Amino acid sequence: MSQRRRSSIAARRQAHASVFAALGDETRLALLAKLSDGRRSSIAQLTEGTRITRQAITKHLRVLENAGIVNAVRHGRESLFELDPEPIAEVRQYLDQVSREWDQALSRLKSFVEPEV
Amino acid sequence: MSDRIEKRIELKAPIARVWRALTDYREFGEWFRVKLEGPFVPGKVAVGQITWPGYEHVPWKATVQTMEPERLFSFTWHPYSIDPNIDYSTETPTLVEFRLEETATGTLLVLTESGFDKIPENRRFEAFQRNDGGWTQQMKNIEDYVAKAS
Repeated sequence: MSQRRRSSIAARRQAHASVFAALGDETRLALLAKLSDGRRSSIAQLTEGTRITRQAITKHLRVLENAGIVNAVRHGRESLFELDPEPIAEVRQYLDQVSREWDQALSRLKSFVEPEV
Repeated sequence: MSDRIEKRIELKAPIARVWRALTDYREFGEWFRVKLEGPFVPGKVAVGQITWPGYEHVPWKATVQTMEPERLFSFTWHPYSIDPNIDYSTETPTLVEFRLEETATGTLLVLTESGFDKIPENRRFEAFQRNDGGWTQQMKNIEDYVAKAS
């Protein structure tokens, strides 16, 4: 079981917020899309084909790294970046849970307002 | 996946009936399973006690945002805050909106809950709106990957 899973509910919720915040940016989503093939990429590879500077890419990668979505792996003189799918899977689970709560509440509302047949 | 939840439900009841069930604090409490201390007032915090068996010790709290009769009822709160030992007030609340629309058979209720992050609402919303196709596709890629990896 990972460190994250063992942490308290409060810390997990904070982590969820930072994952959502990290995902709320087009450049970072594009970076994740590139990394979603599961391969490790260098900053040069991630900058390729974009109009964004290396420095900006590095900054976005740092945000993703802090949210735990991306891991940096040292490879010789450069860092390679890889996607860690676990935090995204966790926020999805959390949303699913909130979503189920609403399904139940709304079905109670339905029985409450609809006249009995 | 997105950072908002949206539910649409058709209710075979007049819009006035649904509005009352949503905004009368006693009626709301019946189906939501919370005993509220007083009426909902825009800008005011509504406080109560959850009545769900096993969770009676849990306080319920929401800040009413908008009450547009038979159209929109909204509040901010901290969803799923069931652990009495956690101070949820330090977290950014989410926005819950109930939108009503009259239909041929009754009322369409659209529920959304949004703001599961800390980015200012307007900027985040813009980011989602502007690039929805891209967002959806990118999330699909990421989800496919997540599904494969887990």
